[in-house]
Amino acid sequence: MKKLLSLMLFTSCAFANDPPSERQEVLRNLLKHDCGACHGLTLKGGLGPALLPENLQGKPDDFLVTTILEGRKGTAMPPWRQFINADEALWLIGVLRKPK
Amino acid sequence: MTKLLPILGLLISFNALAELRATGDLGVVIEREQGNALIFNTSQHKQLAKIEQLGDLSHASVVFSRDQRYAYVFGRDGGLSKIDMLQDKLVKRIVQAGNSIGGAISQDGKLIAVSNYTPGGVKVFSSETLELVADIPADAGDGKLSKVIGLVDIPGQRFAFSLFDADQIWILDLKNSKKPDITKFKDIGKQPYDALISSDGRYYIAGLFGDSGLAMLDLWHPELGIKRILPDYVKDDEKLPVYKMPHLEGWADTGDYLLAPAIGKHEVLVIDKRNWQLVKAIPVAGQPVFVMGRPDGRQAWVNFAFPDNNQLQIIDIKDLTLQKTLTPGKAVLHMEFAPRGEEVWVAVRDDNQVVVYDTDTLQEIARLPAQTPNGIFFSSRAHKIGF
Ligand code: HEC
Repeated sequence: MKKLLSLMLFTSCAFANDPPSERQEVLRNLLKHDCGACHGLTLKGGLGPALLPENLQGKPDDFLVTTILEGRKGTAMPPWRQFINADEALWLIGVLRKPK
Repeated sequence: MTKLLPILGLLISFNALAELRATGDLGVVIEREQGNALIFNTSQHKQLAKIEQLGDLSHASVVFSRDQRYAYVFGRDGGLSKIDMLQDKLVKRIVQAGNSIGGAISQDGKLIAVSNYTPGGVKVFSSETLELVADIPADAGDGKLSKVIGLVDIPGQRFAFSLFDADQIWILDLKNSKKPDITKFKDIGKQPYDALISSDGRYYIAGLFGDSGLAMLDLWHPELGIKRILPDYVKDDEKLPVYKMPHLEGWADTGDYLLAPAIGKHEVLVIDKRNWQLVKAIPVAGQPVFVMGRPDGRQAWVNFAFPDNNQLQIIDIKDLTLQKTLTPGKAVLHMEFAPRGEEVWVAVRDDNQVVVYDTDTLQEIARLPAQTPNGIFFSSRAHKIGF
């Protein structure tokens, strides 16, 4: 599983699993507004923590992908698996990690 | 010259006439992404001005001075802006914290309180100068500052608010603003996420994210402490995921009933204020965000969290049933009723519009352009407790 994940990471870095561009638009809008409802429009935090590159530093992709897909029980972070697949979550993390 | 004078006088008075403006029926529409506040004449559905560069307004709210001349805008980035609605200009803007969630104006109109996430606490400012009057860090005793939510004005020159991370409700008394007095209620229930004050200023009720039911404080009987209402409603393990926290401000306080959004369930709760029992849970289209009562108390309008945020449902209070479902557009974020309720204005973020409905026929009356609108605030709020 670990191997598979890193393989997935690798291929997504090579753009193979990036969502198509119109889907990227939808995801960016989702990130800005719907994730932004808790993390802030500028992702500097709100009810949820800030999601700026420095906040995510040192946290592995698969850990953050799991957070997005499954949410975190006992906290306000909801699961998004119904709306976002693993590749899309990984792509979103790439967007979050990129300095703005 | 003597001939000229009367003409000049006429010109001046004409000018003054053109500029006369009353402020009792103005409204402020927040443009989330641009960080603007639009000033509308709400009777004429007409935009009068745009006040720009108010910072990050992604979660913004507005209170009004009681002469209805000034609007105070609370931004996400800790910004507090004072707008003169007579002259369409920004009077002053300060950034008073790193991250904030809302604010309130005191009973006498002289103080503005802001609730902050970082640094967690409440800051109080003079409404005239925006100078700091009191700084109340939300230190729950362990040195960590809690995020503050559900800040409202209550009678007696006081404010009430809740500590999300510390499960407390505080009452801040500013009768002597140099010596703020705080009363703390602890262990009120886990993670209060927002709160409301009844329209008479008597009951302060906080919704709980991490517990079932709501925490209620009767301000006429503070000695009785916090009462948990609907304690058996929605146990943690039955909760659906919540994609946006419900808002309790603007709740429907209609006669004997209080209507509030359930959390983690697609229901609107009808609570009997006489005994705090659940009268009915009305199934609705999604996770409700706002449940707002028409001023006459006959209807409640409900909007929803993602992914059901294209809809708007209307509950008929007469028999507590759904009257109609409307689909105004993509991402319905907020509503505001005309002071006596004949119209409601609805912010539709992704369609860049404010949609106005006739609340009697439920027909659309107008669509007003606004970029990513997320909040609508009419100056009639100036005279209402809790707004
Ligand atoms: C209803 C509020 C809410 C929404 C909406 C929300 N989050 Fe979160 N999120 C949280 C909270 C609260 C946490 C912190 C959980 C904890 O305490 O561990 C969190 C944590 C995270 C983390 C982990 C951060 C870290 O440093 O470990 C990521 C990544 C994240 N969220 C991404 C997202 C994305 C992407 C979306 C939109 C698709 C989203 N969130 C929507 C509340 C929310």
